[in-house]
Formats: sequence, structure tokens, C-alpha cells
Amino acid sequence: MSDELKIELGRRYRFAASHRLHSEKLNEEENNRLYGKCNNPYGHGHNYVVEVRVSGPVDPATGMVANLADLDAFVEREVIEAFDLKSFNEDVAEFREQVPTTENVCIEIFQRLRRFQKAKLERVRVEETANNAFEYTGGENKDRTAVQ
Amino acid sequence: MVYLTRKIEFSASHLYHNPAMSAEENKRVFGKCNNPHGHGHNYTLEVTVAGEPDPVTGMVLDLKELKEILEREIMQRMDHRFLNYEVEELKGQIPTCENIARVIWKLLEPKINQGRLYKVRLYESPDLFAECYRNGAGQE
Repeated sequence: MSDELKIELGRRYRFAASHRLHSEKLNEEENNRLYGKCNNPYGHGHNYVVEVRVSGPVDPATGMVANLADLDAFVEREVIEAFDLKSFNEDVAEFREQVPTTENVCIEIFQRLRRFQKAKLERVRVEETANNAFEYTGGENKDRTAVQ
Repeated sequence: MVYLTRKIEFSASHLYHNPAMSAEENKRVFGKCNNPHGHGHNYTLEVTVAGEPDPVTGMVLDLKELKEILEREIMQRMDHRFLNYEVEELKGQIPTCENIARVIWKLLEPKINQGRLYKVRLYESPDLFAECYRNGAGQE
């Protein structure tokens, strides 16, 4: 029966970054109406929390799904160094043409972390503030849940 | 289906060491966690039970009963213990979050007779946890 049990490891990371919500596909007025304060041309920032969930067999020699040092180093390199104390709009190539909503940031983080070789990426959760969180599991239909 | 979660906290010490590996290898794989004297954490355990509320009592299971099960099976076994040496079920295993969560699942599952054990989530710190559930049970 024990092999029916699934184990996931969850790890939380933090970074701070700024963004401006503005769509090139909308005019000035529409951007303003849709995004409100978030459309401020100078941008604004958040302290983001990223929760990463990975799964896989627990290695009997180490008791681990993945060595935390490996996971931490990977997330640090792929996400934290790329985003921390940066402007999504100006400093991250993927957001030159894509609106850096936290939905899109969540998907982008998932795409970067799915290359992790040592365990299977199950889910990425991004908390933009203590009251707004987004989760993405990489489904074909890009299923994601906004938690209010 | 209703999912009911109860949370408890316990404090325990542990160390990571695999006697099958050399001292250098242990150091390399486990880093600071290999300190021979051990170190401790405040663990937070969240236990989720799934079921339909009983039409008479309105409960999935009696929370008092769940509290007693957690006290007997987890608190008395693990609280203020050195996990490597004092918890029989962890003997021969590295007491990582993953392994402790699985041991907790195996201890609790046979004891929960109203509803069914759905998920065990064990936090070693606010930023690190392991979750154990039946494969195919699906995640909410």
C-alpha cells in the first residue's frame, strides 16, 4: 500500500519586483479603466512569495524527494536572480510584450522551473500580496486558480 | 464532500546521517543537517480528513476524537523527542519532512474511522513542508 502514497515537497521563496499593468492592445482610456491604479506609468512594486511544489519517489538513501540545496540553487538562479529587485516590464524579456499580471508571472515561473531535472514540478503558487494568490499546475488548458 | 483540517504543533530534534555513506559523503549530501549533535524545529502538522457530515451530528468526525488521536499517536510519540533515536517508526530512515509525513500518514490512517484521511502536511519551518496523500486522490 505504501507505494500508493504520494509525497510532495513544498518550499517558499521571496522576491521583490515592480510592474506596470498596461496592454499594447488597448488604448490609453481602456488601459486606465481596466487596470486602474496598476496602470500608473511609473509602475509599482510588491513583495512576492513563490511556493514551489515538487514530487517524486523518496530516495531511501537521503529520505528526500529532491535535495533542498539543488532545488534552492535552481530556483535562485532561474527565478530569484532574474526577478528580484527588477522591473518585470523593463528587465525581463518575457514581459516586453506580455502584461506582467501575477497570472502571467506565475505561468512564467512554472515554465522556468519545469526544467528542474531532479523532481517533477507539480505546482507554482505566487502570492502577490497577503490577499492575492495565483496557482498554476501546467495543464494544457493552462488551468489556474485565483484564490481571493 | 467536506474537508476538515486540524492543526497541531510539536517540537523535536533530528539529524541527517546515512551510515551506508562515508563521513565526507554525508557532509556533502546533508550539509549542516549532518551535525552529529542534531538540531531542532517547531513542526506544524495539518491533518485533513474528507467525508460527508453525519446527518444527526453535522460532523465529518468528532473533532475531540481527532484531537485525542493526534495527541496519542503524534504528540506523545514525537513532541520533545529526538526523532532519530526515540521514534520507533523512523528507525533506519532519515527523518526528513518527507519521511516523517509518510510515517504520520501510516500512524493516522488506521485510526481514523469516520471519514477518511485525505492529506497530511508537515511544516518543518514556515518555508518548507512535505505533503502526503493517496496517489490519484487529487489535489483540491
